[in-house]
Amino acid sequence: MNHAAGGAGPGGAIVSSPARDARRRTSRRIPWTQGIRRQYVVGWLFVLPALVMYGLFVLQPLALTLQYSLYRWDGVGPATYVGLSNYVTVLSEPRLIETLFNAFRLVLFFSLIPVGLGLVTASVIQRVARGRLGAISRTVLFLPQVIPLVAAGIIWGRLLSLTGLVNQGLTAIGLGDVTRAWLGDFDTALSAVGIIGIWVLLGFCTVLLLTGMTKIDAALYESARIDGAGWFAEFRAITVPSLRYEIGVCITVTVIAALAAFDIVYVSTGGGPGGATAVPGIQIYILAFLERQVGLASALAVVLVFLVLLVILPIQRLTRDSAS
Amino acid sequence: MVGITFGGSAKPRSLVVAAVSAMLLVAGCAAPGEESTPAPPTSAPATAAPSEGSAAPSASAAAAGPDCGTDPVELNAYFETGFDLPFKLSEEFTKQFPNVTWNISQDQFTNLMTATPRLLSGDNPPDLIRLPSMVSLVKDDLLKNLDDYATAYGWDQWPPAQLAQNRVAEDGTRGSGSLYAMGLNYSLTGVFYNKEKAAALGMTAPPQTVAEFDDLLAKSKDAGELPIMQWNATASGGGLAFPLQNLMAAYGPTEPINDWIFQKSGATIDTPSNQQAAEHLQRWVEAGYFPEDANAIEYTDANSRFGKGEGVFMFNGDWQNAVYDTDLSDNVGFFVFPPLEADGNMAAMSAPLTYGIATNAEHADCAAAFFNWVATNETARQIDVTVGGSNPGGPTDLPVPPAAEGSVTNETLAAGAEVAKDNGAMDFIANATGSIFAQGWTPELQKLVGGRQDAAGLLKAVQAEYEKELNR
Repeated sequence: MNHAAGGAGPGGAIVSSPARDARRRTSRRIPWTQGIRRQYVVGWLFVLPALVMYGLFVLQPLALTLQYSLYRWDGVGPATYVGLSNYVTVLSEPRLIETLFNAFRLVLFFSLIPVGLGLVTASVIQRVARGRLGAISRTVLFLPQVIPLVAAGIIWGRLLSLTGLVNQGLTAIGLGDVTRAWLGDFDTALSAVGIIGIWVLLGFCTVLLLTGMTKIDAALYESARIDGAGWFAEFRAITVPSLRYEIGVCITVTVIAALAAFDIVYVSTGGGPGGATAVPGIQIYILAFLERQVGLASALAVVLVFLVLLVILPIQRLTRDSAS
Repeated sequence: MVGITFGGSAKPRSLVVAAVSAMLLVAGCAAPGEESTPAPPTSAPATAAPSEGSAAPSASAAAAGPDCGTDPVELNAYFETGFDLPFKLSEEFTKQFPNVTWNISQDQFTNLMTATPRLLSGDNPPDLIRLPSMVSLVKDDLLKNLDDYATAYGWDQWPPAQLAQNRVAEDGTRGSGSLYAMGLNYSLTGVFYNKEKAAALGMTAPPQTVAEFDDLLAKSKDAGELPIMQWNATASGGGLAFPLQNLMAAYGPTEPINDWIFQKSGATIDTPSNQQAAEHLQRWVEAGYFPEDANAIEYTDANSRFGKGEGVFMFNGDWQNAVYDTDLSDNVGFFVFPPLEADGNMAAMSAPLTYGIATNAEHADCAAAFFNWVATNETARQIDVTVGGSNPGGPTDLPVPPAAEGSVTNETLAAGAEVAKDNGAMDFIANATGSIFAQGWTPELQKLVGGRQDAAGLLKAVQAEYEKELNR
């Protein structure tokens, strides 16, 4: 019986014998490499629409950006090939380099603080507020992800203005001396933007980490408690190591949000005052659309992509290795 | 949020291969922009140029150039959001010429700044579009040359200063050469003041010299008032450029400033008289005459605060007249910034509300006829004043229509006449290049407010940015 269908393909087998029989036989008798190949084709067919979209809207613009970065072009007229000179400009003009430094300063606010604070918040919620209180606090923390950033930016602008709620609060508790226009002051503008970033990203990190915590085996905590471990010891020895993968995701997303920041900065300070909060995203926008230096803007964008990859790839590798 | 894939079996190598092959595909194509071969400029408007048309350059010459005919015409127009004037004018135009209808798109000015090149070079180029800046558009041959229309309609008989800002020469400098745009009206800037507060300080007539103005500022500070309401936040651009340029025109002649704005070769903003002006501004900043949080105040906030009675003076333009009339009815006045000496020349920033026609526009003739109608038709000119708050310009033999009784527009129109008499009109220093405002004036003026830049450094930094942009 086995040799009957010998070299016949799966299709032939189906036609020549009762269906049920055939199914059993194909599953047993088709050489495994062929089955894999078929799975492959079907798999690719499923992926194809997404892949076409990805190629059209991600890879093609990326390739075009790379190409534009080698030209001097105003976006409409003829373009002149200039080799790598746009990159030389990006890496030699202090104003453009400063935007890259600002981007890394934002990492502290957009990434390190939300992830750190998110860990603490999530473990507190998990420990003391499992029921309805936990759901409410999760929702409240996650809300900034739902509110349109532009609206949020305008409200934050009001809150942080000279006569805003923040300064009113400070005055009320006797700190009237430190009040200022937080977003318009050279010393505080970047930090103020960073605080808006914390507000936006903290909920995202907390919810993600909280989800990760639910899959940690409760027995681990129990045995730790039997051994007399306190909250911090549990947190350090069980929670954080078990969440390495989730922490990796959080750091990746937030670091990219910091380095490629545009929306939060654009609606709160626009890069001001005097370039104190200028980040690459804003500068790319100004160069491409106001100065119409499409080549230079593209070069800065390519440098930014390169920097993001440089920071993200090690993080990805680190968390993936430990996860497996 | 940011889209990125996590976990799974990502295959970096195949991604790289895909990216590289995509690169090769693209690299095989032409250089960016090469395929767009703009049509050669059409030599003359099709139905234009009756050769004897220039004979009578007056209101009656309105019919000399091409018109919109009698067949149905749909004008494809891009207007600026938030300003009623062009919408009201287009309504009236259709009322008078029923065969003309409008397909109006509108957008914020900042969006128009970034979108204009794309719109003009696109498949459906606008017949009429609000222009942010024009030199680069002319270089790319995206704007219609209006010289033939100017001859046909007799625009070249109008006061030359009216059209100068819309001319671009062969070498890319503005101020002379061929005409590429027209103003729907001509705005004027100066100092608005809160009449009650100014009277309380003892101001009975507008200051005649900078020193008198200084005196008023000091008095308002002493009286516990905010002397000057001012916006200087990045989103609106460094509004401190208004008082700075007024001071420049007080300390020196306007011509070098215009040369700089028009990108005449060798022009510099870093002149001794401009330095005195910048130092004067720095003294105002240090004396606390501006809000301490000016760097966080946006244009609309500053205006609404001034409208609510905060601030004695405010530097702004007559496009704001209607709002001030509403907010501070009968309590707002206007004067042109005074010269250094009492008998000195009056000067002010004044710019046309610039509109252009795409090189490949379908109904260029009708759009040109609209320009001519706006400047010469009695109803259109009245709309210009009532809705726009600015001088309609046009031929000198046409009277400027009166504004409503009690409107500050009466004061701005009268002031405009004085400035014209002294030939003191300047364009804005913020308009010298496409990004000198965003990359030069705004950050440097913010540093001045924040005490991180001085007058000399300010001008040097802006000049360096200007040269860098022109040499790119």
